[in-house]
Amino acid sequence: MREITVDDLPDMARGAAVLGTGGGGDPYIGRLLAQQSIRRNGPVTLVDADEVPDDAVVIPTAFMGAPTVMLEKLPAGTELTAALRALENLIGRRATHTVSIEAGGLNSMIPFSAAAELGLPLVDADGMGRAFPELQMLLPTLGGVSATPMALADERGNNVSLRTLDNSWAERFARSATIEMGCSAAVSLYVLTGRQLKDLMVHGTITLCRRIGAAIREAHERHADPVAAAAGELGGRTVFQGKLVDVRRTTEGGFARGHAVLDGLGTDLGGRMDVSFQNENLVAERDGTVVASVPDLICVLDTDTGEPVTTETLRYGLRVSVVVAPCDPRWRTPEGLALAGPGYFGYDHAYVPV
Amino acid sequence: MLRLGIDVGGTNTDAVLIDGNRVLAATKAPTSPDVTTGIVTAIAGLKQAAEFDPAAVAAVMIGTTHFINALVEGDRLAPTAAIRFGLPATSALPPLVDWPDRLRTAIGEHSHLCHGGHEYDGSRIADFDEREFRAVLERAVEAGARSFALSSVFSPVNAEFEQRAAEIIAEELPGRPISLSHEIGRMGLLGRENATVINAALRELAEHVAAGLTRTVAEAGISAPLFLSQNDGTLMDVDYARRYPVATFASGPTNSMRGAAFLSRQADCAVMDVGGTTTDVGILQNGFPREASTDVSVAGVQTNFRMPDVLSVGIGGGSHVTHEGGPRVGPKSVGSRLTERALVFGGDQLTATDLAVAAGLADIGDRDRVAHLGKDLVRAGLDHIAERMAEVVDRMRISPDPVPVVAVGGGSILVPDRLAGASRVDRPEHYAVANAIGAAIAEVGGEVDRVFSVQPGRRDAVLDEARQEAVDRTVAAGARPGSVRVVDIEEVPLAYLPGNATRVRVKAVGELSLGDSLGELGDNDA
Repeated sequence: MREITVDDLPDMARGAAVLGTGGGGDPYIGRLLAQQSIRRNGPVTLVDADEVPDDAVVIPTAFMGAPTVMLEKLPAGTELTAALRALENLIGRRATHTVSIEAGGLNSMIPFSAAAELGLPLVDADGMGRAFPELQMLLPTLGGVSATPMALADERGNNVSLRTLDNSWAERFARSATIEMGCSAAVSLYVLTGRQLKDLMVHGTITLCRRIGAAIREAHERHADPVAAAAGELGGRTVFQGKLVDVRRTTEGGFARGHAVLDGLGTDLGGRMDVSFQNENLVAERDGTVVASVPDLICVLDTDTGEPVTTETLRYGLRVSVVVAPCDPRWRTPEGLALAGPGYFGYDHAYVPV
Repeated sequence: MLRLGIDVGGTNTDAVLIDGNRVLAATKAPTSPDVTTGIVTAIAGLKQAAEFDPAAVAAVMIGTTHFINALVEGDRLAPTAAIRFGLPATSALPPLVDWPDRLRTAIGEHSHLCHGGHEYDGSRIADFDEREFRAVLERAVEAGARSFALSSVFSPVNAEFEQRAAEIIAEELPGRPISLSHEIGRMGLLGRENATVINAALRELAEHVAAGLTRTVAEAGISAPLFLSQNDGTLMDVDYARRYPVATFASGPTNSMRGAAFLSRQADCAVMDVGGTTTDVGILQNGFPREASTDVSVAGVQTNFRMPDVLSVGIGGGSHVTHEGGPRVGPKSVGSRLTERALVFGGDQLTATDLAVAAGLADIGDRDRVAHLGKDLVRAGLDHIAERMAEVVDRMRISPDPVPVVAVGGGSILVPDRLAGASRVDRPEHYAVANAIGAAIAEVGGEVDRVFSVQPGRRDAVLDEARQEAVDRTVAAGARPGSVRVVDIEEVPLAYLPGNATRVRVKAVGELSLGDSLGELGDNDA
């Protein structure tokens, strides 16, 4: 158990963007929200998953919608509390803890705001160990936990509750409601017991964000290699260093898909890497051979600064390194791969673990 | 047709007189605290260097760091009310939310929220509440606000709230400066709003500086119109500059790169500026600097300005040279103390400049003081410098084809005539006044940056629409119709939005419309 102050947030946000693997939304707005809530209400207590009692009522909080909209129509600040309270009313119990469903990107920071506003302890864990585009792509789905009852809330005071057949239906209805709410909504879902949290979530990912962010900053400050520092904290490795020579994008079913082509530099001179993405980076191929694919992590980092590069900011001429890291082992099971493996995203190659 | 280019930097005020493609005269004078005295001295210097009739000057272009310096110093800023339309949304992060305390205090901490703004699809978040806005306005004025920054959610899509509020202020407080976010920034509320507040805080100073510049130029006997250079290397007239001082912020590096490229007659090249401690490399495409992809923080305030993409390496004329095992050059440097510390000036530190003198590449200081250096050491040191410089150019290049390199700056003697990855290396004359030249050759620009709904099969039509709008804006900004060309198109589909929402950004430029003789402004692209 430890206290998180506003001074911890910049490193965490940077690390969260690395785990975002190109997507997950820019944590900058999330960091500011957390910062404002902590300044008003005091530090947030971060507890280890092991410290949570088995009968605890853990209610995750998150934002759902289009990241670009969230940079424009900023939250009112009341939505998160409204969503969590609405879900408490649905289940007839009070939350004892909140937690992140997605450690990659914006949603790593959002629960800090909820925890500070509601005075709840935040658990150092998340449901993915990275970022994914759809709400059923959570390890608790594999463990049989229902995403619903679920509550969505907007800044106007609307709230919508869902009870669905399964978690894929929850994604479909929630997406429609989010569009009506202006493409940005606060959500509360996947009510967990303390026992389920311990068994089904990825432990320690919030402090991992902080370690990754700090490692990049410190390496950059002492002119060491920030990309290697990030790879070290992720337990991964750098597979390519190059220059972005082409980015192609299309929009399919509301998702920004595309791929980026890198020409090698330094020791990778003469080589070529192709990174395909759908919001997040999904597949990395070197000279036509798959070297990494979803659900493993494919992180594109600025070679000089180590700062993570999101798929929306990929631009011709950027000098970047590609770091790959293993996902949580449960994603590598047949059930995990069916939920979030290359096949789900429309790729016909088999999963190649990094 | 004569053009006068002036660069008012923190230390020096440079002036150049240009006729078509020829630099007739160039001078440097110290920058004065009032700005104008330095300009008077610089113009007088030009008159001495080249006889010219002030009445024959067709246009005066000024680049200045004055406004960005005022922000960095937190000085001479107007008390500014930041008023945002977005309630009931956005209240978690009110205006000025992430500003450094010092600057927030300097502009008076007037942060206000009103109902309004739009959703991504153009529908209203809330209706305009006139009574609410008038009450906010009254409070702001009572608290001492003199300049007004208005922002509204999704105003790049629909600006009606900002416009309506501006009408009310103009009616209630005639003559007070008003800055509207949709005219200043791009998508991304906080960055756009911050740029707008900065602009508003600089409006009183801009009024003062614009009046001073106009008077100074008139007193020098020049009746030609006066322009200021903008961040993207294009021009604004002095009246526009009164209203949009923030648009001058990044003009320094942009003018310097464009000036260097003009001097060597290149529109697509790498510009390598070798100073005392570092070498900075930028890329010019279509005559304009390639922009950095990341948002830029100015004086601790997050904005969504785009700045030129520049890569630096720690090698310059004053770099320390050591040779244990192999040669090492930099990153340590004697910096501005070259004339005390370098061997050729009687110092005791072996520097990159000493190597250049020993190899006969330059004739500065006392050559005899480096006569003892071994030929091998000198050669190895210079080869090492060339390798490191080639590496930077290679990393900036955007295609495998070699690029022309334009080398400028006091340390450019270190750049070899043949550089790996460079098709040629130019070392133009007059590079010391590249900033002023960049100002003098600038053109007029216009830009569109908006979210469009792209229905299947309609992509080309949407791009044409955006292209036309950028061209129209360029003409409206003072370009000669027919000379306008699109220099940059960027298309980014947005995730999770229905209707294939795509952010489209188009930038166009054209020659300044001042009569027929200005046709030659575009010659540098030939």
